[in-house]
Amino acid sequence: MTVTNGTLDKRMSAADIVAQLSDGMTLGIGGWGPRRKPMALVREILRSDLKDLTIVAYGGADVGMLCAAGKVKKLVFAFVSLDAIPLEPWFRKAREAGSIEVLELDEGMFQWGLKAAAFGLPFLPTRVGLGTDLAELGGLKTVSSPYADGETLIAMPALKLDAALIHVNRSDWRGNVQLFGADTYYDEWFAKAAARSFVSCEELVDRIEDHYPEDAQAQTFERCFVTGVVEIPCGAHPGSMPPLYGWDFKALKAYADAAKDPGDWNAVKDRFVGADEAQYLASFGGKEAVAALPLPIF
Amino acid sequence: MTDVTLAELCIFAASEAFCGNGEIIATGVGPIPRLGASLAKLTHSPELMMTDGEAYLVEQPVPLGPRKYDDRKKAGYLPFSRFFDSAVWTGRRHAMVTPTQIDRFGQINLSRLGGTHQQPKTQMLGVRGFPGNTIYHPNSFFFPQHSTRVFVAGEVDMISGVGYNPARRVPGGNYSGVDLRRIITNLCVMDFGGADHAMRVVSLHPGVTFDAVQTATGFALERLETLPETALPTADDLAVIAALDPHGIRAGVFKDNPPARPAA
Repeated sequence: MTVTNGTLDKRMSAADIVAQLSDGMTLGIGGWGPRRKPMALVREILRSDLKDLTIVAYGGADVGMLCAAGKVKKLVFAFVSLDAIPLEPWFRKAREAGSIEVLELDEGMFQWGLKAAAFGLPFLPTRVGLGTDLAELGGLKTVSSPYADGETLIAMPALKLDAALIHVNRSDWRGNVQLFGADTYYDEWFAKAAARSFVSCEELVDRIEDHYPEDAQAQTFERCFVTGVVEIPCGAHPGSMPPLYGWDFKALKAYADAAKDPGDWNAVKDRFVGADEAQYLASFGGKEAVAALPLPIF
Repeated sequence: MTDVTLAELCIFAASEAFCGNGEIIATGVGPIPRLGASLAKLTHSPELMMTDGEAYLVEQPVPLGPRKYDDRKKAGYLPFSRFFDSAVWTGRRHAMVTPTQIDRFGQINLSRLGGTHQQPKTQMLGVRGFPGNTIYHPNSFFFPQHSTRVFVAGEVDMISGVGYNPARRVPGGNYSGVDLRRIITNLCVMDFGGADHAMRVVSLHPGVTFDAVQTATGFALERLETLPETALPTADDLAVIAALDPHGIRAGVFKDNPPARPAA
């Protein structure tokens, strides 16, 4: 069977991707805190009318912004942090106003729930959560081992995602991705837990084997898990995208400070979302400025 | 040794908590715990494993603060993407962390204060990895301000980490991994060696009385009958600490960077 280029061409615009999403969906967002976040796609959601979302994320400014904009009905999280600014102020505001539902999880349970979803299982058993408030608050049930040990375990429910948004270093138009940097966190499991995954990338090439065959091991999830691809250089700004650029502390600080003064998202949304991505990026100094952001030191 | 600071005393006490742990990942979150784990590895416990704070294992602990990004010698790889597989869920780790609250059962809270789960009065980080850490591997704690706001009466506002509270243990669960080790504060060192794992004072920092510790704690503490003074680091230890903290970040942990032994 001959497959034409056209059938595997997964290129879309950011607006096309957001048009594939609908109100009330459960969206997974890859990355970790302020690292490797598909912020350009998040900004595209912030420019849209999308609402009532359930967001599943190791949260950073993605969660803060979506909360601030009133897009979030429910948040599934283990933490929300900007790292250099430990407490995410817009997320805190939403929580302290009581405006979002939450399912709070341990970081390890969270990835376990993604894995259950990836494998089509209703749950995966774990000890984690026993002896804490998580099970009762989250309505998590227990199961008993059917073997001689009879151990009681928490049944971590599958975190099934209607869609996942992930930012990667490279992709071709077929969705052959390559992820670099010291840590790619749980991006592969977001991709596999989702019915459809949309990937933004720093660099798009036509056939990756013609360009970067030596980097094939950096493909942490295969193209069957990729529905759409869009090239958005600096797409993780104001967060980091190792090894290309670090987080923009000044931008994060301005964003965090705005939660206190003026404290109104509508008054500052233009600054942190922009009318479009080109205008947004220009307002933070353009590609050159982002490329010059040093990688964070831990 | 009049020039030893309280911060350095605490770093030394933290390092003692990592003694004899074997080949496990030593994680110290925050300057004092991290310097403590690093000091342990460079002195009495070279078998300890640790990361650069990001994703690579290093055999030479990485100094605190600004440095060149690649001033680290990578000896191995332990990213978050396999942290649970390799370190946490296998029990091969000992973490020293600073929760916001702790209660008499050793239950800890990092998530929220006051209000309700739907609408907390103060939202903090979230439970992070505390539920898994506390059921799978040893944990110790550092608190820079020993007070009844930290060592709370009753129970913590949200139980983010497992303690020794029998009322919170679902029957049939396996709690054999729960292993709370050492608590280091600005006043004293404690462990969980009291009756039914009650918190127990095991040494007092110079110039501190047991009564002062008890007054700053929201529940009754046990104590060793004869309480020694918390040991001070030697000159060699201090040199190692200074090399691990070239920018003097430890001087900012306590207000005015007080000496370990208060002026008479």
